[in-house]
Amino acid sequence: MKRRDFLKNSLRAGAGVLAGAVVAPDDAEARPNLEPKEGAVGMLYDSTLCVGCKACVAMCKEVNGMPPVTISEIDAWDEARDLSGDTLNVIKIYKDGAGKTKDAEVNGFAFEKRSCMHCVDPGCVSVCPVTALTQHPITGIVSYNADACIGCRNCMVGCPYNVPQFQYDKTFGQINKCQMCNQKGVERIDNGMMTGCAEACPTGATLFGTRDALLAEAKRRMELKPGETYNYPRGDVSKPDSYHEKTVPAYKQHIWGEKEAGGTNVMHISSISFDKLGMPPLEERSAASVAEGVQHSLYNYLALPAVALAGLSFVVKRNADKAKDQKGERS
Amino acid sequence: MSTHQQTGGRIFTLPFMLLGIVAVIGLYYIVERFVLGMGAVANINGGFPWGIWVVYDVVIGTALACGGYALAFTVYVFNKGKYHPLVRPALLASLLGYALGGFGAIFDMGRWWQFYNILIPGNWNFNSVMLEVGLCVALYIIVLIIEFSPAFLEKIGAKGLLKVLDKVLFFFIALGVLLPTMHQSSLGSLLIAMGYKVDPLWQTMQFQPLLAVVSALIMGYSIVIFEASLSNVRFGGKSETPLLSVLGKVAMGLMIVFVAARIIILVSQGKIGLIFAGDFSSIMFVLEMALFILPALILMSPTSRQNGGLLLIAAVSMLFAGALYRFNAFLFTFDPGPGYAYFPSVSEIMVTLGIIAIEIMAYLVVVKTMPVLHRSEQA
Repeated sequence: MKRRDFLKNSLRAGAGVLAGAVVAPDDAEARPNLEPKEGAVGMLYDSTLCVGCKACVAMCKEVNGMPPVTISEIDAWDEARDLSGDTLNVIKIYKDGAGKTKDAEVNGFAFEKRSCMHCVDPGCVSVCPVTALTQHPITGIVSYNADACIGCRNCMVGCPYNVPQFQYDKTFGQINKCQMCNQKGVERIDNGMMTGCAEACPTGATLFGTRDALLAEAKRRMELKPGETYNYPRGDVSKPDSYHEKTVPAYKQHIWGEKEAGGTNVMHISSISFDKLGMPPLEERSAASVAEGVQHSLYNYLALPAVALAGLSFVVKRNADKAKDQKGERS
Repeated sequence: MSTHQQTGGRIFTLPFMLLGIVAVIGLYYIVERFVLGMGAVANINGGFPWGIWVVYDVVIGTALACGGYALAFTVYVFNKGKYHPLVRPALLASLLGYALGGFGAIFDMGRWWQFYNILIPGNWNFNSVMLEVGLCVALYIIVLIIEFSPAFLEKIGAKGLLKVLDKVLFFFIALGVLLPTMHQSSLGSLLIAMGYKVDPLWQTMQFQPLLAVVSALIMGYSIVIFEASLSNVRFGGKSETPLLSVLGKVAMGLMIVFVAARIIILVSQGKIGLIFAGDFSSIMFVLEMALFILPALILMSPTSRQNGGLLLIAAVSMLFAGALYRFNAFLFTFDPGPGYAYFPSVSEIMVTLGIIAIEIMAYLVVVKTMPVLHRSEQA
């Protein structure tokens, strides 16, 4: 075998490996976003209805058996400022200038809820190596299984909303996130109840229901004219506990979660633009869908690696044998 | 008869003892992390769950350990047998780098006592890039042990085993080329799912695996040049500059590919203007590009490729360039949104320095006690 042939073969094999790693993701059409589940349940948070009482935060801690977070010396109430290993739901404040008028972007203030958005195409579920995060096939609820979790925290970086939180303060910590009050031992949704936060909300700012019903309700509110009165439901949108009449605010024509990164089952509406409320700059395409497309085009059935390994083994063996022959000739 | 030889010499030298002190401090904080939890030692938080333990110890550490990968590519695939003298020391550095990267992954793992869950097929999520990284790195550490084992077997004189190993080694060498190609590209793919959190100058989406694997090869070649130059200084012997200069040439080609790809991707994604924004990200980008372009320019001239000093400068610049690329993408310009900031704590940094110290100490012990360095290198 001539040296030139060896070189040619080597180049071919090397190019094959590189091409496998390089060309494939290029021409691979990543999968489209996942679609909403048919029986998806979720919540609608209307920032303009929220009075910041944090009854939802307290109820959440009670239902999920989590301790209050205290910052000051007073141990009387929960002072959680953000989501953490001990807080699955929190109400944050937007304030501009004098902060006088509710729901005004300038010199106003507003409330915003932070909790798991239960993405239609959840990044945390996509990136988890050990399937510790799962999306329910019917309800679309994103749940966590600590028994499977290895604590790599890829879900945290893979979540556009920084929702999964690790208990850094514990020797044997775990991830915590809102599981829509339906995790083992709580199972409120399975038992026909609503989420704790929706039940506790006195104004209907957090409304429970199916994604379809909530989206329809959100769209109705988008159609309302500012200044009219509207009969706002409270509790479960399909069977409200009660209604209350309120003047319609100047909603931004934007239902957060209708389309963002494939949409979410927990949706928000507000009279403040969402970037000001700290929502992330998301496009309609979910990053998870792109990552999965790249990964599958490279590793489907391990076909590409298997072919590369066969080619490499062949070339390495030939080259190694040839090197041995040369050594033999010399000695 | 082996063509490799142990260098011998005293193990407990002054530098070794100083490294030992750093290692002990690092190990102290690792123990503290296991007893009190990660928050007691590291500054990682809800928005920055991956600090320097992931980004330096694993993401950059394994890329710095790509010497074995780059050389296996050169020697066995492209049939450049004359670089063989460099293979064993490079494999040793790779083995140590990956083993400690694996150790880093364990103590950074939030639920480390359940690490075996990733080895159970029933748990596997084939959509997860992390699954590929985890399994592939674990497998590669085993392959590196097998690739390096002749040094140990020669030392204990296990001739029968060596003969058997010699027959099947080609397969493990092939794996030693394939596996790093897979997981080093996947380390880049990890960035895709992070979406907007990765700065637009580094968020190239489907091009992440390409850029990651090319940068890993660049770092692999540069660490070989760097280590060989240093070993020559430390243990004396014939200069290997002529050999190194050819490796430098390959690295130059890769750097030209890397820089060109970055620019072309930015232009095609309509983000090239961000280079001139004058903000922190743009400055880091320009600095990173300069660190790639400087060594490429040095290595372009055949005369400076023969110059040991310039080669060393180029190698160091390449190492910083590759490390900065990963630091920038994963940490420096990473932005999870309002309310989150990260800077490593002293104890966190000491853990990382301790790991580096252990790596260097282990390298010194092994080259002094096992046939690793090539005979012709010896004085």
